Amino acid sequence: MAEMTYLEAINKGIEEEMARDEKVVIFGEDVGGVKGGVFGVTKGLAQKFGDDRCFNTPLTEGEIAGLATGLGLVGYRPIGEFQFADYMLPAVNQILSEAGRMRYRTKGDWTAPVVFRAPYGGGVRGGFYHSQSTEKIFFGQPGLRIVTPSNPRDAKGMIKAAIRSDDPVIFYEHKRLYRLLKADVPEDDYIVPIDKAKVVREGSDITVIGYGMVLQHAMNAAEKLAKEGIEAEVVDVRSIYPLDKETLVEAAKKTGKVLLVTEDNKEGSVMGEIAAIISEEALFDLDAPIQRVAGPDVPAMGYALPLEREFLVNEEKVMDAMRELAEF
Amino acid sequence: MSIKNVEMPNLGESVTEASVTMWLVNPGDKVSRYDPLMEVVSDKVTTEVPSDMDGVVKELLIELDTDVPIGTPVMTIEVEGGASEEESKSEEPKEEPKEEPKEEPITAAPEPAEKPTISAKAEAPKAKGAGAARYSPAVMRLAQEKNIDLTEVEGTGKDGRITRKDIMNYEPAKHVEKEMPVAVEPKEGPTKVSAEGKHVDEPTPSAPASSKPKPSGEPIQAQHRDEVVPATGIRKAIAKKMVQSTTEIPHAWVMVEADVTNIVKLRNQTKETFKTQEGISLSYFPFFVKAVVQALKKNPKMNTSWDNGNIIYHKDINLSIAVTTEDNLFVPVIHNADRYSLAGLAKEINRLASDVRSGHLKSEDMQGGTFTVNNTGTLGSVQSMGIINHPQAAILQVESINKRLVPTEDGGFKTADMINLCLSIDHRILDGMQAGNFLKDVKENLKRFSTDSDLY
Repeated sequence: MAEMTYLEAINKGIEEEMARDEKVVIFGEDVGGVKGGVFGVTKGLAQKFGDDRCFNTPLTEGEIAGLATGLGLVGYRPIGEFQFADYMLPAVNQILSEAGRMRYRTKGDWTAPVVFRAPYGGGVRGGFYHSQSTEKIFFGQPGLRIVTPSNPRDAKGMIKAAIRSDDPVIFYEHKRLYRLLKADVPEDDYIVPIDKAKVVREGSDITVIGYGMVLQHAMNAAEKLAKEGIEAEVVDVRSIYPLDKETLVEAAKKTGKVLLVTEDNKEGSVMGEIAAIISEEALFDLDAPIQRVAGPDVPAMGYALPLEREFLVNEEKVMDAMRELAEF
Repeated sequence: MSIKNVEMPNLGESVTEASVTMWLVNPGDKVSRYDPLMEVVSDKVTTEVPSDMDGVVKELLIELDTDVPIGTPVMTIEVEGGASEEESKSEEPKEEPKEEPKEEPITAAPEPAEKPTISAKAEAPKAKGAGAARYSPAVMRLAQEKNIDLTEVEGTGKDGRITRKDIMNYEPAKHVEKEMPVAVEPKEGPTKVSAEGKHVDEPTPSAPASSKPKPSGEPIQAQHRDEVVPATGIRKAIAKKMVQSTTEIPHAWVMVEADVTNIVKLRNQTKETFKTQEGISLSYFPFFVKAVVQALKKNPKMNTSWDNGNIIYHKDINLSIAVTTEDNLFVPVIHNADRYSLAGLAKEINRLASDVRSGHLKSEDMQGGTFTVNNTGTLGSVQSMGIINHPQAAILQVESINKRLVPTEDGGFKTADMINLCLSIDHRILDGMQAGNFLKDVKENLKRFSTDSDLY
């Protein structure tokens, strides 16, 4: 065991996979050289594996995605990094139309074993273009997988599983968690499944479902509410698409009171789909309307601190909603 | 009559204050809806304010030409009917009129009904709130599955809503009671033979149909002058047994009429001698018991028990006979009833009955019954629907003997001693066919008795 941050855990996972399999390559804007990415996730990789396996690309995200897909088709296991999730938009066509559909459109003859990494989320004064949650853009696109870890241990195990996946995986990393979380991470070669949600806290009063930074808020709120006698079951979604319906529905059935938390805008977020699944599968176990805590329906969080704070889900907002639901 | 406020109206965006420049009505004036009441001015406009109600102007609340915030009451109007401002305020949902605190229903149950488990928050009985009657899908489903009456559950959720947890933790008022064979120790209370037999001197079996208790669980509100008497342990054991019988066993009933003229003659002819020789009275009951035993031998399916999909055929014929005391019903057993002569049956019946009366009945005398014969005739009953003594398959009610005019073969009439035999069967095991055959055999057996029959 070694204590490492969420960021270090991802770096370590990539490093292990690059050492294990020489077909693993990583590239993106500022990824190579000594910089090692805008946040430093790829730091040291160019030195260790050479500039052929860890290199910079031009500032053109469509090309990052296309290059990754093409390399994947000819036997590589490429990792394309987008500096910010917000920047993925120019690459949407490559990701959805090419990488995501490769297996289906070639009847399984070809696959795109690609990882698209992207830091997402707010809370670092990033303003409009450095704070967004873009998962809903890729959500509900069969052929693509969207995952995000919410703790260092999962971060390493899931990036390794994503790299080994024969199909494209969008790997979201919450940029606020990069250096916020520090935990013991096993040093051995382990994998965390990328298709399973996980119950991270057991409780019998309410079920809180989320991923990323908001999950931290939910966990902290749950600990405080436990002192008031409210026990929350907390579920880390991990696999945003496809959703692990079984785990989510089971957790919902356990308490009958479901709170869905996302940093994304309330309307049209992934949580709407989770709510639909639960109401389809668990109506007769529901004891309260399914609730959502989410960002307001404005385009994105502003740069100004009060606007960012107003937009972001925080511990207090989650705790209030949890308490209200428990008392319902 | 109630008093309504007229408030300073909103005169447009960004206007926060306004003043009244002129009253267009005076206190005591009658106004109709849309009548102008006053002229108000803000920094932007001067406007007439119309009334939005019919009534009589009561009071002018502010000075002329004084700025007041928008929404400030400026005038009161007395209107016909409706709640006044004060009253209607108090009707806000938060302080809705308190209902009478829900009282513990007074039931005939001896133990105080156990309260539904609720959170520690609710110390005092709470009025049922607005949320009380809105049930979530989970609550509805669980209530149906567990057969819970939701009006009995106290909600701990918002506005008194019944939460899923309330249902999961809810236990209906239950009577904690040990499993107790009916009256193993018949010592409680006075034990006396209730009714004198019409045609037998034996202690009287009862008509169990009339002692069928209400299913527990629904409390009955005692009326003003009612007296609530806790049932004794024996009574509760009887109640439990009856509920078990009626809920578990699908009953079906058959009645036949039998001619017992010969038995009446035989008994009348022998009763004096019998009394002298045996020291006990000879009732009619042993004759019926004998006839039933013989019929059971021939119809073994009547001597069975239903057990979870299996039918248990009892090799021994152990006849339960119903014996009542003033308060209670006992069902002692004549073990191996097929091994007794008629006199032997008379003696055994006598022994069991007097043991019930004296409270000396042993527990082995209570156990192992495979079929019940109930002497309802002692009550004067001519027809009854017996409740089967669980886990037996049938019970036979022997009704009272009555003289009847019956047609003879040659077209004339004769008097005969007739009796109704009412059989209840467990329809899981038995059908009308078996019941009919069995009763036919009982009838035949009864008919076979003659003045020449030997009692020994």
